[in-house]
Amino acid sequence: MNEDSIAKNSIDLAAARAKLAGAGAPRLWQSLEELSGTKEFVEFRDHEFPPSAGKGNDDINRRDVLKLMAASAAMAGLSACTKLPTEKIVPYVRPPEEILPGRPLFYATSLFQAGVATGVLVESHTGRPTKIEGNPEHPGSLGSSDIFSQASILNFYDPDRSQSVVFDGRVSTWSDFAAEMGNARTRLAPAKGAGMRVLTKTITSPTLGAQIKSLLGQFPEAKWHQYEVCGGDSVREGARLAFGRPVNTVYHLDQADVIVSLDADFLSCGAGHVRYAREFGSRRDLSAGPASKLNRLYVAESMPTSTGAVSDHRLPVRSADIDDLARQLAAAAGVAVPPSANASAKIPAAWVGAVGRDLAAHRGSSLVIAGEHQPPFVHALAHAMNAALGNVGKTVVYTESIEANPVNQLESLRELVNDLNAGQVDFLVILGANPVYDAPADFNFATALQNAKVRVHSGLYNDETAERCHWHAPAAHSLESWSDGRAYDGTAGIVQPLIAPLYDGHSAHEIIALFTGDAAKSGHDLVRGYWQSQRPEKDKAFEALWETSLHDGLIAGTALPAISVAPHADFVALGHTQAVGSDTSPLEVVFRPDPSIGDGEFSNNSWLQELPKPITRLTWDNAAMISPGTAQQLGLTTGDYVTLSLAPAGRNINGGIYIVPGHADNSVTLHLGFGRSRGGSVGTGPGFNSYLLRASSAPWIARGVQIAKTGKKYEFATTQAQYNIDLNGHPVEEESSAAVGQGGEHGRDLVRIATMEEFRKDPSFAKNPEDEKTKDLTIYPGYKYEGYAWGMSIDLNRCVGCNACVIACQSENNIAVVGKDQVARGRAMHWIRIDTYFRGNLDNPEMYYEPLPCMQCENAPCEYVCPVGATTHNAEGLNDMTYNRCVGTRYCSNNCPYKVRRFNFYLYSDYKTPSLYGMRNPNVTVRSRGVMEKCTYCVQRINAAKIRSEEENRLIRDGEIITACQSACPSEAIVFGNINDPNSKVAKLKAQTRDYGLLEDLNTRPRTTYLARVRNPNPEIRD
Amino acid sequence: MAQIFHRSTNFISRLSIYGAVVIIGALGYALYAIAMSPWYTDQNVKRQQPVPFSHRHHAGELGIDCRYCHTSVEKSSFAGVPPTQTCMTCHSQIWTNASMLEPVRASYRDDKSIEWIRVNALPDFVYFDHSIHVAKGVGCTTCHGQIAEMPLTERAGTLYMSWCLECHRQPEKYVRPKSEVFNPYYEPPSAGEQLKMGKKLVAEYNIKSLQTCSTCHR
Amino acid sequence: MASEGSHNTAGVADPDPIIGPGHTFETVTDKISSIVLTRPVTPGWVFGLLIAFGALMLLNLTITLLMIKGVGIWGIRVPTAWGFAIVNFVWWIGIGHAGTLISAILLLLHQKWRTSINRFAEAMTLFAVMCAGMFPLLHMGRPWMFFYLMPYPNPMWMWPQFRSPLVWDVFAVTTYLTVSLLFWFVGLIPDLATLRDRAKNKTAKIIYGMLSMGWRGSAIHWSRYETASLLLAGLATPLVVSVHTVVSFDFTIGIIPGWHTTIFPPYFVAGAIYSGFAMVLTLAIPIRKFYHLEDLVTARHLDIMAKVMLATGLIVAYGYLIEAFLAFYSGDQYEIYMMKNRFHGPYAPLYWMLISCNIIIPQLLWSRKVRRNVGLLFVLSLVVNMGMWLERFVIIVISLSRDFIPSSWGMYYPTRWDWATYIGTFGLFFTLFFLFIRFLPMISIVEVRSLVHETNEEKGHS
Repeated sequence: MNEDSIAKNSIDLAAARAKLAGAGAPRLWQSLEELSGTKEFVEFRDHEFPPSAGKGNDDINRRDVLKLMAASAAMAGLSACTKLPTEKIVPYVRPPEEILPGRPLFYATSLFQAGVATGVLVESHTGRPTKIEGNPEHPGSLGSSDIFSQASILNFYDPDRSQSVVFDGRVSTWSDFAAEMGNARTRLAPAKGAGMRVLTKTITSPTLGAQIKSLLGQFPEAKWHQYEVCGGDSVREGARLAFGRPVNTVYHLDQADVIVSLDADFLSCGAGHVRYAREFGSRRDLSAGPASKLNRLYVAESMPTSTGAVSDHRLPVRSADIDDLARQLAAAAGVAVPPSANASAKIPAAWVGAVGRDLAAHRGSSLVIAGEHQPPFVHALAHAMNAALGNVGKTVVYTESIEANPVNQLESLRELVNDLNAGQVDFLVILGANPVYDAPADFNFATALQNAKVRVHSGLYNDETAERCHWHAPAAHSLESWSDGRAYDGTAGIVQPLIAPLYDGHSAHEIIALFTGDAAKSGHDLVRGYWQSQRPEKDKAFEALWETSLHDGLIAGTALPAISVAPHADFVALGHTQAVGSDTSPLEVVFRPDPSIGDGEFSNNSWLQELPKPITRLTWDNAAMISPGTAQQLGLTTGDYVTLSLAPAGRNINGGIYIVPGHADNSVTLHLGFGRSRGGSVGTGPGFNSYLLRASSAPWIARGVQIAKTGKKYEFATTQAQYNIDLNGHPVEEESSAAVGQGGEHGRDLVRIATMEEFRKDPSFAKNPEDEKTKDLTIYPGYKYEGYAWGMSIDLNRCVGCNACVIACQSENNIAVVGKDQVARGRAMHWIRIDTYFRGNLDNPEMYYEPLPCMQCENAPCEYVCPVGATTHNAEGLNDMTYNRCVGTRYCSNNCPYKVRRFNFYLYSDYKTPSLYGMRNPNVTVRSRGVMEKCTYCVQRINAAKIRSEEENRLIRDGEIITACQSACPSEAIVFGNINDPNSKVAKLKAQTRDYGLLEDLNTRPRTTYLARVRNPNPEIRD
Repeated sequence: MAQIFHRSTNFISRLSIYGAVVIIGALGYALYAIAMSPWYTDQNVKRQQPVPFSHRHHAGELGIDCRYCHTSVEKSSFAGVPPTQTCMTCHSQIWTNASMLEPVRASYRDDKSIEWIRVNALPDFVYFDHSIHVAKGVGCTTCHGQIAEMPLTERAGTLYMSWCLECHRQPEKYVRPKSEVFNPYYEPPSAGEQLKMGKKLVAEYNIKSLQTCSTCHR
Repeated sequence: MASEGSHNTAGVADPDPIIGPGHTFETVTDKISSIVLTRPVTPGWVFGLLIAFGALMLLNLTITLLMIKGVGIWGIRVPTAWGFAIVNFVWWIGIGHAGTLISAILLLLHQKWRTSINRFAEAMTLFAVMCAGMFPLLHMGRPWMFFYLMPYPNPMWMWPQFRSPLVWDVFAVTTYLTVSLLFWFVGLIPDLATLRDRAKNKTAKIIYGMLSMGWRGSAIHWSRYETASLLLAGLATPLVVSVHTVVSFDFTIGIIPGWHTTIFPPYFVAGAIYSGFAMVLTLAIPIRKFYHLEDLVTARHLDIMAKVMLATGLIVAYGYLIEAFLAFYSGDQYEIYMMKNRFHGPYAPLYWMLISCNIIIPQLLWSRKVRRNVGLLFVLSLVVNMGMWLERFVIIVISLSRDFIPSSWGMYYPTRWDWATYIGTFGLFFTLFFLFIRFLPMISIVEVRSLVHETNEEKGHS
């Protein structure tokens, strides 16, 4: 914190410092931290590792052969005798005050998802942001984060980001752009801005909101449109339906004993999901043993999600039938509502009855959550149910909307399109949005857009929309610009730059300012100015407030107050007819943002593209996800390349079929965000574009989809073997049964599970006597760990499988991306993977997550087989991996029973893209070709903490070292610490009766152990 | 029948047998010698710098404390190379127009960094931290040699892993009182004395003989 | 065989002597040396050499690519991080063993019949070990760092990790190579001298002269020659057992089900000799045909070698049996699953092929008719070679592809470069072999002459 307090009052300095980043400064740091940048090193390395040692294809071409002449010399062992290149030290001319070369600084700021701000701390090395952590002060984060904020760092350094102003396809300059906008302003002024349109995504930034409002003040005839794919229209409209106006809903999951999710994946997406995961996790805590009080989660959904996987009862229901289910539940909860127009027999009455009774039994401590993609009426019903169950004010709280201007975005965009087609738009400014790619297909936005006389676009990428605009100005990333934004509960966070814009980007604030006559003002002035005008504090007082706010990353006390709203008596009458259209074909198609790359915003992010999606473990692709039942019925199987056509519109797309156990029958899930035509070097290519099938009439759930085989096959790349899903006879996948089956030849008992009753009966159900037996089977005296002994505990009951740990690890440890081809060959590099297992039948199996980092075995099988001693045990029980000693025999990987070791089969690390040098963690070696790598418990963090503590002559405090995965984990499932200290958190967890080690009967003595999963099913329901 | 070979070939063949042994031995030694030679290790090799900065003059004759320029040595892994500003604090007053110092003034004028040639460079995969060594009573000169007598700075050690291990295995042989850490003229006591004092200091400073790989390699 | 010996003395004409009738010292020397000295280069030989050389070039290409791009060009992955490279390594080194066995152990056991085959059996050993030796280097991620595996004083103060079997391999293989080379060369010296004396053109004289190191055939030379051969035989004998034992440790030391078993050392050695003799047959049969050596490498030789194959084959079969038995007997779920996975997992066909190649088909050798049928014998030798290669594949790949944690199971599919490497080593092997039979006496003149002497003795008796 201390560092931050220095940091905050010199942000301009930091920005100024960052300006240096272009010049001499970084080279110093490269020579210090990563030689990669210096020319000599590149040559040296190329000498040792020829550049052509690329990914993927194993073809050979002439140039390769020629390169050998150069390479082979090095191969002959000379490389080892190559002299280190001469390095240069390039010090500052005038030193920045707060920067201490070699010591990182942390700045508090915010990042946005669908407009909602989440607080983060950004680690900065001499002006270069390198790692993103959660901000403990921020209500939306509480110190945790998610895959998107973690991966934003890669987006920030993305070499494909738009790098210059473009006019009519020619490179231009910001000053020209500013001048042109100035002219436009004068041109539009007389007509009060008639014909001017501004299109933005969801805006929660008070400053920007105020700016646009003042713009509209100056140009009353101008219009402001908002469109965001996941803009939460149905949430907004649901509230409007129930309460007559859009309000913001805040849940208190920690207060809820019974939670019913109606197609809502509230743990891994949507506003506040990080906070919700934390609160949910706190109610899956079993530290009180059998006495502890678990909550109970019911999930009804079509596509299995993380939330569904951790539920106690999951009901696969077509998204279209959720409406029906909601009505039945509502009736049970005492809300008068007529049955659904297309009541389907799919919904087991017993289930509804049981859930209804459970809800009723927990008045005031229950909660019904409707999915963002469900029609407004379902949301209204959820509100009504919560009201009827007396949950309002307890488990659910309403506030005013956090948006600057809550509108029905679909309608807003429709209005814009109509105006465009009517030729009423002279001057269109698009800020950040990419409607050409993601607008509903029936809008034909690309064509409509042509009708605007002047089209201006600003965004991070020169994307599909930018391509069709006259002007394109690179936008500034949140890490390089000033702004502000509201969190899920309304708390206003300040966005401060860590570095000067890499590519001369400018924020929306600055662009709007061009029209409001504030062109002179910097982003900083605008944001600071706005808050100065808002706050009672003046001068000194405000100065102090501003400093603290920058330091904390949020303005204290700006959370929106709770308001009391009651559902209209007649909303049912108003709404129940709005149910999704009549059921023509049994097959529905459901559109969802991709769990990894969202609505396409992150499609050029290779970390996220390669991130195995929850449940499916699919990478680099989207697919037409269907249930095993539907697959059998239609005679389809995973990998079939099919045509999906949507009558009556007659639109169709091609994609691969992917069978997902537990998916609802007669439903096809399509993930959005793929099939970009102008998505950058990574984003262009993977998957297919589901937007082409998505109509404004049915943005999320559409009926009447037809599937036709093309006869072709499609190759998917998954990180967990898929050959196991076998529809002929095998009711359960082989590998899963092997994993969770108890005893027998298949009983590997990797995931240990019990119900709450079983747990009460036998608290130590997870212990296996076999494991204990091996303990003394050694002729050597055991090693005595004096001082620290590092260990980790992973609570399977808390893990929600959100993948945050995987990306956090990738970012912290400079883990390379390998590409689809290599993933398919089983060469993914993630140091921590989230194994997913199923139990039960294919149609509605239980799902289990098991995060698997290196176990840091005390008797490590990998160590004694390494011929060169590249992997060795250290005095604190860490299983060290010394990359520079490794010769790559891969024996250790073969001998690792957990298969957590990763090998650089090719030169995977990107040494060629300079912009990525800045992103890398300077404290972790970038691994080159031919060496083994693996999880080290973030040994760089351990060493840093040790050095500090030694210098201060004290022991490392419990919780002082937080591994990357642990700090990211929103549900606090991962805990790391010193197991030699009986009072440490991790030692206490390991003392729990649920504690067990993986494959302990091999006597590997893993330092990473698990806390067994305990489900809390409703005894009334047998499924 | 006629002899193919002259008698002398007998001698040659014998010679070649013994010669082989000698040659192989010699080759091995040559390699070792090269690996240890200054040419390869840069040990005791003076580097030409953009400005012929003399530690002898500044640290020695003038007795400027190491930390005046290497400001972060006690707080960070990197000891810190002085920004031009630091040079100018004095040289805006003295030697203001010495031609030798023109690059410094130019740097300050044009706001362009001086590019020093790095003398003590470790490979990328080695993570060395100045602050902890200084804090544990490892003197500057222990690794950097008689810096106060170097007109042009040179590398004092081979910087080989063995060179590091010498001390990491027996810190008592090299540790000195914390008060003496920044004393460029510090004279270690006689071997015996050093050992006695060393053992005491190792205990007092709680110095560990860290030799696990991850201490330096990650 | 002793009994057969007594037969001979009993005066009954030996049904099939180990050397054709009517041979004198002269004829033997002529016959063998002529192949090298006078016989013109036959198109057959040239053709064969060209094919082998082509394959050798393929090897070069593959290694080139390997060095440029990395081991990723192979099908290896996690969990199956070892593939063809190691399979080939074990297979080739196994093949070598027959040569050493024949030349060392049988020498010590005074088995006369060995004489006419031991020379090229040794050559085979040498070349096989060369092929094998490449793989531990090639399969490394950073082959240019190979010297980390050698114990040598270095400025890192680091030693190899002596607990690792891979380090033992380094010693085992290098020793094996050196001893085999010495043994082979020492054995050659008198013959080289013969060639030197019989050679017509000068360069040949000089080259053979240098190689024969001034051999004059004096009594003292002969006595030293005998001692040296005996000493080297003594040195080589333990290697027959030790080398493949060490190789088997690569697996037994690991904890992977299918690797971690005590029976490997004996069953690897037996397997090695099994495949070795198969390879000797594969080489001997065509050679004796093309160079009309039927009366030096007689049907009797083939018969005996077939018997050895049968015997070692049965040991190997026993190995398989025990392996399976122990898996189930242990009651260890991983072992049991490993075995079931071999029986009917994705790779099951290969396992059953292995069983039929190594156990079922070779049972034909019980029949004398089969052993006397040269063509059939040749086919059988190929079958066994393939079987032994499959054995290594089964042990390495199948065991790795499905070990402990099902989530990380994965199939290994060889890429074209896996095959290229494998075929390439044949290129190396046969190129060397073709050159050998052309430029060196492929049968030991000296020893065969000694046979002639003895057979004549026997005649004298009758």
